Amino acid sequence: MEYHLKTPLSIEDIESLRIGDVVYISGNVFTGRDEAHTRILETPLDNMPVDLEGAAIYHCGPLMQEKQSGIWVPVAAGPTTSARMSAMTPQLLEKHNVRMLIGKGGMDNVADSMKGKCVYLAYTGGCAALAVNSITKVCDVHWLDLGMPEAVWVLEMDEFGPLIVGIDTEGEDLFWNIREKVNENLEKALR
Amino acid sequence: MESGIKHEDIVEATISAIQRAETELPDDVVACLENAEQRESNEIARSHLKAILKNTGIARRHSVPICQDTGIIILFVEIGRKISPLPDIEQALIEGVRKATSAVPLRPNAVHPLTRINSADNTGDGLPDIKYYFNDSEELRITAVPKGAGSENMSILKMLNPTEGHSIDRLVLETIRDAGGKPCPPVILGIGVGGSFDKAALLAKSALLEQVNDMDEKEHALLKKVNSLGVGPMGTGGDTTALAVHIRTAHCHTASLPLAINIQCWANRHATAVVGGDGKWNII
Repeated sequence: MEYHLKTPLSIEDIESLRIGDVVYISGNVFTGRDEAHTRILETPLDNMPVDLEGAAIYHCGPLMQEKQSGIWVPVAAGPTTSARMSAMTPQLLEKHNVRMLIGKGGMDNVADSMKGKCVYLAYTGGCAALAVNSITKVCDVHWLDLGMPEAVWVLEMDEFGPLIVGIDTEGEDLFWNIREKVNENLEKALR
Repeated sequence: MESGIKHEDIVEATISAIQRAETELPDDVVACLENAEQRESNEIARSHLKAILKNTGIARRHSVPICQDTGIIILFVEIGRKISPLPDIEQALIEGVRKATSAVPLRPNAVHPLTRINSADNTGDGLPDIKYYFNDSEELRITAVPKGAGSENMSILKMLNPTEGHSIDRLVLETIRDAGGKPCPPVILGIGVGGSFDKAALLAKSALLEQVNDMDEKEHALLKKVNSLGVGPMGTGGDTTALAVHIRTAHCHTASLPLAINIQCWANRHATAVVGGDGKWNII
């Protein structure tokens, strides 16, 4: 199935998505990777610079160019390895009603914490020039003290995709299913 | 005869090599990806490969980085013994990386390992990572290799027992299984066997610079096993887990068997600037 969704997302928007489905997303998306996750977990709700209710978080450390003071242009903005954020994701989802994570490569042991709450979507890693075509505006940046890759960038996106549903709200995990097959194939290959 | 290679020539050649490497995927890698897209039987896998080829075309046409992870900059530098007098190459290379950061532009990726403070210009203690070699020419060859963290983080180094040579294939397959989609497959595997702890790693890394399709029988056989795993592009399944396997060996101590597996994502970026004795340079 193919879906075209818009942020902010409700639980109804995401609950029918199943692993292997294709999604295109429009609206504001927040980038967030290692250091941003740490800071989100440390920051009291009242002090958060962005509202994560119904949010899509994009595991991405973009390459941006500051054309003039405060005016940023995206140069390259592909996904980063999502698994680095695995350990912090259950706490993130406890604290905020984030409905969609976008990244690459899959995540480890997060499917249970995402059940009934959130989906994980995978974009093609390395496709940073292509991803920029879907960014219509760099709306804002927060926590730039963390450095360009680690800051939280607010990106307005139009039909960003194709994104493959990797983990759905039933807790099904495409990457885990593939890994199980790979395990079988590995023993065959060595016979 | 006095060498005409000036400091500025090296700076400019370094910037150009980095620019080319970051924006234009080598033709042999593109051809290999095109072949894979033709042969791939898995639908999601084909869509990943199509996106990769589209992305590579956009980057080349608009001269923008292929990937936002513009890597840390590794420089393989070959110094001709006939260059005389030899300018201060190292300072020029570092300046080249600094200037390339704003010129290309590159994402500032270099941080202190513990404070995580970003130097903002891709230089720092030990960065760029420069490896020097000598040849008999009057040329200076600068090969820029941007290395992203996604694939580097999945690489391994193991000191095997000398009698464990038979387990190398298993270790390679297990490494690829454990890496899954994280290193952005289809990958290229550089495998270093022998040498020492650090030598094995360098063998593995330098193997990544070989022509992608230039593989011997043993490398082809291991590639076939890797692709039988079904990890597929981006770890979502498929026939194309790796594009190539390159193995390099070196003699080692009778009591040891070092093994390094350096994983390279599909964006096997590298470009070489050749600076002639007259200071003129071109990119090959």
